[in-house]
Amino acid sequence: MNQLDFPILSLMMGLPMLAAIICLFVGAHAARLLALGTTLVLFALGVVLWANYEIGGPQWQYVERVELFGNFAWALGIDGISMMLIMLTVFLMPICIGASWESIQKRVGEYMAAFLFMEVLMIGVFAAQDIFLFYILFEAGLIPMYLIIGIWGGANRIYASYKFFLYTLLGSVVMLIAMLWMVQDAGTSDIPTLLNYDFAPEAQTWLWLAFFASFAVKMPMWPVHTWLPDAHVQAPTAGSVILAGVLLKMGGYGFLRFSLPMFPEASEQFIWLIFGLSMVAVVYTSLVALVQQDMKKLIAYSSVAHMAIVTLGLFAFNRQGIEGAIIVMLSHGLVSGALFLCVGVIYDRLHTREIDRYGGLSINMPKYALLFMLFTMASIGLPGTSGFVGEFLSLVGLYKVNSWVTLVATTGIILGAGYMLYLYRRVAFGELVHEDVKAMPDLSAREMALLAPIAAAVMWMGVYPESFMAPIRDDVGTLVARIDRAAPEGDAHLKMGQAKAVPTTLETEAGHGESH
Amino acid sequence: MTIQLIVFLPLLAAIVAGFGNRMIGNVPAKFVTTAALFASCALSWPVFFDYIMLSRAAEVVPVLTWVQSGDLNFAWALRVDALTAVMLVVVTTVSALVHLYSWGYMDEDPDQPRFFAYLSLFTFAMLMLVTANNLVQMFFGWEGVGLASYLLIGFWFKKPSASAAAIKAFVVNRVGDLGFMLGIFGTYLVFGTVSIPEILEAAPAMAGSTITFAGMRLDTMTILCLLLFIGAMGKSAQLGLHTWLPDAMEGPTPVSALIHAATMVTAGVFMVCRLSPMFETSEVALAVVTVVGASTAIFAATVGLVQTDIKRVIAYSTCSQLGYMFFAAGVGAYSAAMFHLFTHAFFKALLFLGAGSVIHAMHHEQDMRYYGGLRKEIPFTFWAMMAGTLAITGVGIVGLGGFAGFYSKDAIIEAAFASGTSTGQFAFAIGVLAALLTSFYSWRLMFLTFWGTPRWIQSEHIQHSVHKTPETAEDSTGGYHPHESPFSMLIPLGVLGFGAVAAGYLFHNQFIDATEGFRFWAGSLAFDRHLMHEIHEVPLWVKLASTVAMLTGLMIAYLMYFRGKDRPARLAQTFHPLYTFFFNKWYFDELYNLIFVRPAFWFGRLFWKAGDEGTIDRFGPNGVAAVVASGAGVAKRFQSGYLYSYALVMLLGLAAAVTWLIVRGAN
Repeated sequence: MNQLDFPILSLMMGLPMLAAIICLFVGAHAARLLALGTTLVLFALGVVLWANYEIGGPQWQYVERVELFGNFAWALGIDGISMMLIMLTVFLMPICIGASWESIQKRVGEYMAAFLFMEVLMIGVFAAQDIFLFYILFEAGLIPMYLIIGIWGGANRIYASYKFFLYTLLGSVVMLIAMLWMVQDAGTSDIPTLLNYDFAPEAQTWLWLAFFASFAVKMPMWPVHTWLPDAHVQAPTAGSVILAGVLLKMGGYGFLRFSLPMFPEASEQFIWLIFGLSMVAVVYTSLVALVQQDMKKLIAYSSVAHMAIVTLGLFAFNRQGIEGAIIVMLSHGLVSGALFLCVGVIYDRLHTREIDRYGGLSINMPKYALLFMLFTMASIGLPGTSGFVGEFLSLVGLYKVNSWVTLVATTGIILGAGYMLYLYRRVAFGELVHEDVKAMPDLSAREMALLAPIAAAVMWMGVYPESFMAPIRDDVGTLVARIDRAAPEGDAHLKMGQAKAVPTTLETEAGHGESH
Repeated sequence: MTIQLIVFLPLLAAIVAGFGNRMIGNVPAKFVTTAALFASCALSWPVFFDYIMLSRAAEVVPVLTWVQSGDLNFAWALRVDALTAVMLVVVTTVSALVHLYSWGYMDEDPDQPRFFAYLSLFTFAMLMLVTANNLVQMFFGWEGVGLASYLLIGFWFKKPSASAAAIKAFVVNRVGDLGFMLGIFGTYLVFGTVSIPEILEAAPAMAGSTITFAGMRLDTMTILCLLLFIGAMGKSAQLGLHTWLPDAMEGPTPVSALIHAATMVTAGVFMVCRLSPMFETSEVALAVVTVVGASTAIFAATVGLVQTDIKRVIAYSTCSQLGYMFFAAGVGAYSAAMFHLFTHAFFKALLFLGAGSVIHAMHHEQDMRYYGGLRKEIPFTFWAMMAGTLAITGVGIVGLGGFAGFYSKDAIIEAAFASGTSTGQFAFAIGVLAALLTSFYSWRLMFLTFWGTPRWIQSEHIQHSVHKTPETAEDSTGGYHPHESPFSMLIPLGVLGFGAVAAGYLFHNQFIDATEGFRFWAGSLAFDRHLMHEIHEVPLWVKLASTVAMLTGLMIAYLMYFRGKDRPARLAQTFHPLYTFFFNKWYFDELYNLIFVRPAFWFGRLFWKAGDEGTIDRFGPNGVAAVVASGAGVAKRFQSGYLYSYALVMLLGLAAAVTWLIVRGAN
């Protein structure tokens, strides 16, 4: 059945489901321990998954299929791209549980259950090979997130959860209709089959728009991004981590798995829309991030700008763009997750997210200042961190298609440096003026244990991204081959000059010198 | 193995000192970093001499795979050739000396391990930059030195001015990086590779081809070179992107010497020289490089004339000297540009460290108006500064010899003349005029600091030290006694002083002689033998021009600051508008604030309040909520926490509907 002779994906979904149910019935501390244990086991299983993944092997690995009613099947299987996103999920999950260890004191069992249930859904989304299974898991992901914001969130949680819900629901209904039509037309709900099914170009247009409605919200793309800052601000720290770390990747995954390979012609047709919205997003949300007073809002807006780089890379239709977009997704998952944890660390101490209430933290929290600096730099895309590799590849790919769009998108590196360093300055630099800030202790061992692994992963992905790129290489190749027929022509139009008899460097110089 | 040690020892030391920090304490941290740098330096000089003696070819040592994405491949690798060898000795020597100097200078700082860790980290990044074999690794080093510069400018992060200067340095550099990145993208698009040797080999064939960039039809090589040059302008503080460099003086003085004088700011010049065969394919790009370089040389010199902060004078001087290097490259004399980079590293680091020694002696006072008469108080520093001044002003006798700057700066000015192009002539004229100004501001600094009567008591720092005010003090010294710096600071001054005196004489043949130079560089940069030969053939008046300019500058400075004490003030009165214009640095900061910084915040608020909240939310989710609420009259319930249960019911209903549809679809 697969290389492990063992339904590991089902296990990875069943285990947290079981633990989630148990959590509902046990005491607070037992729930914490159970959740941590389960997520750690899942991380170990994730490592097994990665270690046994055959690079260069079949496209779909660890395949499981159980026919259910009708043409609906419990079909799971992953390619390299799915695997890396599952790895991201199982890596961040224990960290989320750890981040909630002390800060959540209300209804702990339910809280842990919500997170474990979320993990089930997220692994399921990335592993689903049946389009309806995907849909159910994709939409159901809303529920635990919605509960996490609505029950354990901040003061204005109701408005935030309502907004979050309204936006995401909007897109999902049309996507469902599109899926039903597709299954009707192709006669199968099997994703691998659909990936190679050619829909009529006219139909593609409508189907693409229907999927776009859902993915653009999830991404989120400008102008349907306004749910994100509110959701982040109100969510508890771990909720923000998982929201930024994994849920935002679902939109990108959707484009990658559905929109591009299933509707290549329509994707090409709507390139202007994607490029236009993404360009606006980079500049607009970066400028908005610059003037934020609330740390979480600032990072939330920066996420929108980063996700715009993902959409630009994906719709570059070439290998560098798509590989870059995937690396940005992974990197952003780590970096923004870590940044939200950094906010959580000081929020737990002072109970405010207002930037101006802090200042001078480098003095009394040097370890914190160092890690926060590292993640700030990774967010800015400093070479040597994960942020750079993805950003660079996406933009290099994009440049092959359109230099104008690249020029605008690359201004993000200036603006990003502006708002992140401005944030860092206000939080970590300056004198310690507030007495309560002065009393804040440096990172505890628990907090260190949450942030250090992410820091290591960020550096690893920055210095030796090959570990992360090797598994996705063939799958991106398959995708590029699939969409190649619709790939847009670049705007460079390189034309060789007059036959100048190809002079060598030395001869040019000699000629250059003799002319005067 | 040598090159790996040279590059990675500083990184290792930075990690030990940085993570060890307070755990291992001051002395071990300082010892580890300094020892690593001296080891690096000791290994670098033999490499350099190898290239001088044997004129070896380039060597590339692979380290690790970095990125492979389709046909875009780049690895971590260390490239050594003559050009790199020059940079290796410059970087490791100045860095080692600055580490040593910092033992004394930073002695009272409570945060020393962090400082030394940053210094070593900087050195590592700079070495990665100069050993890059592909554009992306160069960019890694480029950004790495930018990070270290940011951290070191903001080292005293409690001072608001320091953290502001740090951000400014990083962000302004990022503007340049935008150009650099687009240049890399374009280069990859055109050549299909980011490997420097492959690009340089293919570049001549691309001459004359055209490409569309951002809707404009342009000459391929011109646009690529100009984009990359924007990066060089940012890092090397050329006119337009120079505003961060003077502010960077907020960092500790050893940092100014290492990063903002001798090494990092010369990265742009290094880049243009490394890619010189590429620049050679576009006359337009070279003309732009020449004009930008020459304009910077004169602009910065005019501002340097009137500054009162000793470090700012030297900072503008650096900016101006970098301009010289660029127009040398622009007229095709890359070897002369590198030669000036080499000698400048010694004498400018010397001037900065000397200024640091003065500041150290004067209880952190940086304003030259409150110096005076220090010649006898701190004689060693005085003689070191004197060597630096003689070197930068280019003192020497044509045909006989002189200080370091005499060889390198004169070669540049003569090359500009000999190039015969109109931009070259422009650069020549500017170069001579800027030499006059250089001489003036350098001697002004010397006269104000070391000669005349002490004006110390007017300084607030000195007042704090001696607990007196100008009114209560018995004389203008206030009874303050400046002390000569400790040996850890004087030794670097001595070594650099030797460099400032002798570097030009010792190495001018290898760097710029038409035959010797061609052999030494061995193809690591575009070496125009004809031009390098021509510079010996220029008319005598051209050769004497810079010496005359230097003497004139000295004379004016002497008359103004040595003889007549009220002359500067009178002159400032007479040319008040011009003086104010120079004093305010041509109002670049004010202009940028007006057209970039404030609009960015204004638009940010506009998009946030009027865009997100005023339009998207108002007509989007809030609009929907309002409609629902007014229609059903359940506004209260929305507020009171029922909403999520409603929504949950809706979602579960949705899931049920899906299931129903699927089952029905199947039957």
